[in-house]
Amino acid sequence: MKNNNVIEVENLTKKFGDFTAVNSITFEVKKGEIFGFLGANGAGKTTAMKMLIGISKPTSGKAQVAGFDVFTHPEDIKKNIGYMSQKFALYDDLTVKENITFFGGIYGLSRAKIKEKRCELVEELGLKEIVNELVGSLPLGWKQKISFSIALLHSPTIVFLDEPTGGVDPITRRQFWEMIYKSANSGTTIFVTTHYMDEAEYCDRVSIMVDGKIEALDTPKKLKLQFKAATMDEVFLKLARSPSPTLPEEKGVNI
Amino acid sequence: MSISVKNISKSFKKVTAVNDVSFEVKEGELFGLIGPDGAGKTTIFRMLTTLLIPENGSATVAGFDVVDDYKEIRNNVGYMPGKFSLYQDLTVEENLDFFATIFGTTIEENYELIKDIYVQIEPFKKRRAGKLSGGMKQKLALSCALIHKPKVLFLDEPTTGVDPVSRKEFWEMLKRLQQKGITILVSTPYMDEAALCDRIALIQDGKILQIDTPQEIIKHYPKKIYDVRADNMYRLIESLKSFEHHYSVYPFGEFVHYTDKRDDFNPQELQLYLEAKDHQNIKIEITTTTIEDTFMELAK
Amino acid sequence: MKRFIGFIKKEFYHIFRDRRSLFILFGMPIAQVLLFGFAITNEINNVDVAFFDKSKDAITEEIINKIEASKYFTNKQMITNDAEIESVFKKGKVKAVLVFDTDFSEKLTKENKTTVQIITDATDPNTANTINNYLSSILQKYQQEINKEIKISHQIITQTRMVYNPELKSVFTFVPGVMTVILMLVSAMMTSISITREKELGTMEILLVSPLKPFQVILGKVFPYIFLSVINAVVIVLLSIFIFKMPIEGSLFLFGFESVLFIINALSLGILISTISSTQQTAMMISLMGLMLPVILLSGFIFPIASMPLPLQMISHIIPAKWFIIIIKAILLKGVGLSFIWKETLVLIGMTLFFIVLSVKKYKIRLE
Repeated sequence: MKNNNVIEVENLTKKFGDFTAVNSITFEVKKGEIFGFLGANGAGKTTAMKMLIGISKPTSGKAQVAGFDVFTHPEDIKKNIGYMSQKFALYDDLTVKENITFFGGIYGLSRAKIKEKRCELVEELGLKEIVNELVGSLPLGWKQKISFSIALLHSPTIVFLDEPTGGVDPITRRQFWEMIYKSANSGTTIFVTTHYMDEAEYCDRVSIMVDGKIEALDTPKKLKLQFKAATMDEVFLKLARSPSPTLPEEKGVNI
Repeated sequence: MSISVKNISKSFKKVTAVNDVSFEVKEGELFGLIGPDGAGKTTIFRMLTTLLIPENGSATVAGFDVVDDYKEIRNNVGYMPGKFSLYQDLTVEENLDFFATIFGTTIEENYELIKDIYVQIEPFKKRRAGKLSGGMKQKLALSCALIHKPKVLFLDEPTTGVDPVSRKEFWEMLKRLQQKGITILVSTPYMDEAALCDRIALIQDGKILQIDTPQEIIKHYPKKIYDVRADNMYRLIESLKSFEHHYSVYPFGEFVHYTDKRDDFNPQELQLYLEAKDHQNIKIEITTTTIEDTFMELAK
Repeated sequence: MKRFIGFIKKEFYHIFRDRRSLFILFGMPIAQVLLFGFAITNEINNVDVAFFDKSKDAITEEIINKIEASKYFTNKQMITNDAEIESVFKKGKVKAVLVFDTDFSEKLTKENKTTVQIITDATDPNTANTINNYLSSILQKYQQEINKEIKISHQIITQTRMVYNPELKSVFTFVPGVMTVILMLVSAMMTSISITREKELGTMEILLVSPLKPFQVILGKVFPYIFLSVINAVVIVLLSIFIFKMPIEGSLFLFGFESVLFIINALSLGILISTISSTQQTAMMISLMGLMLPVILLSGFIFPIASMPLPLQMISHIIPAKWFIIIIKAILLKGVGLSFIWKETLVLIGMTLFFIVLSVKKYKIRLE
């Protein structure tokens, strides 16, 4: 991999029949960066993300994630990334401990390593009292924090977070972002989507997708200057016109 | 009063979802229940729409009791549940037509009311609802909830997971509906939407924290809030948290919202402290309070 | 009424837009009838037999010829020693071996008594039984023939005559069973799934918060499936008549009435299932385990009720399918009228009313 880029994408395109969900996007993400990936519903965010995590094959273009090609080495990508989505995070009918053990197991951590990581995690998040509780009985904020930690369990180079804070209360949301800062500070790259525009300001750089294309990409500060806006919210509203009303017939757009 | 709720509670097994909640919504008011997931918003909605029976307390909607007169309520309210609840395999038009029919009316009869909203999706009326994008689905769901000209409209988290553009459009639609005399009870986890309501109730863990107009709620915030900025956000938060006089430190967009324990706090002091900690481009200035600040303070 | 029609219209949209379910709905009955008609059968045809003829005389040869001539058996081979009997069975070459004693005809004429041994492969007991019966009857027939010449004063001659299904065509007995299974499946499973789907989607919430009355929702859900089930019943009967040449002895009108009764019975069961399950998956599991298995195993469709242990016989009484099978067998094969099956019909009506009342009572007007 050249220089310090953890993600390198060049003219990446995905088509579903006639419909171009992702239209020739190009960007790169540096190591340790918090990269905000924004866009209206149906702008192609999820499709793009699916290609980057190796579960959807691009129609054309080039993309490397954690040093591996998305066309030829999707399996290697999966081993080197963490993924957390709002829709699926943890198993509700397993305890916190069982979830940690399970996810550690599927990433091939040794039993001793899992135990070590678990103790670390319990310590850090203050999970002592709830480690044997079913995940389903925990508040959403807790679940999201735990599942973020689990996504980091195998020390991935990059973590993909798909709307990690939707519906979470404001305090927990901030605690969550502090966790993100912390892991970025220790070198993990963060790739995150969100609908909270104040969260966009927390990112080092932000890209905004509109109708399958990346229409803007820069630091929040420069974007605000460029669009003469006071907040990222305004930037977003200026850029993202009304979203395209329909999804493609063969959708597969939502995970 | 269009909606009147007196001391209602509801629990499921061990969890108390709604705990002694009371509030009133005036006729033609746009009232917001603001709180995170799991605060009990949906349970309140279900009790008011006669889907659940409150354990304690009483409530009336449009003058009807939610338990005894449930049939009248079902004739007079529009309800949009949190999850997209339309028939995905039916087209836009078929969905609307179906809901018009079961409420004993027709699309034509009440077209005036939904016109503003429906024209935006009408070009796609032959499209199946499952193939619409998030914002469009939401408009269809709202049209379906309005088709029988309800007196009271219940919207449970209509904007969750919807992008900012569609959210903005949605709130504009609500404002217009309100002008037509419909009482609207809406819930949302997005604090920034609170300012768009006439009055709001902040709710967390089944309890109402405060009820008032957004302006009054902000006014009652007890402290001065300072925007603090420096180059490294993560280090800035760490430094502020280890400042001995800090009361609260929350990242807020590009700034950190800082409040101090002392009433006679001088920002200059903090400036010096941060400089000593080797922060670059430090900027501290007083800022206006938001609903979110208030919520976090109350929920603490 | 307009609301109701609107509701039914919507239901038909759902049904016709779900291609997969539609295929199951109409493909399954046809596949099942053909499967049971052609593949799964109690009849035996061209069974391979071997003969160990220790006597090799005129009479044994005649018997062998008679057996070979019947369409049920084909002569696979002649065996020459005892050891070979086991080996042909083990190789699975034949299903039965006939062993003629030494000096067969001599003993028959001189001592009036001789023995022939029938050995059958009983790994499949039903078939073995049938083969045994068929072979015995051929031997008996032959015995009667030769006895005609020799007059014996006292003799009981058994004369078997199969009535209602003289050719013992098993397809005739399967048709009522298959029809029962399919009507049950389509009516109960499909309705319970379609109701629980609304619960899962959240649309049930909106229907509840609407002026629709519970019975309107239930009837609206059920009505399309009555229609589809009737079509299915007609398809099955037509297939049986035109492909398997099944005679319809009784009144088609009575048959139609009883079928509709059973369909309503199954539908009310389906509603009942939907009131106790909150997901489509549970509804499907309950329908399959709670309805299909008893219908297949305990209704007398495959296993005769009379040969079940008493507790199972008791259970079979509460299975509507059992009564329906009795009724339609009586109508289709025996051609009897209502005067012979009024008791069974009454049982079905009673059960149906019970289920309807129960499901309307259990249908929730709220979410809890």
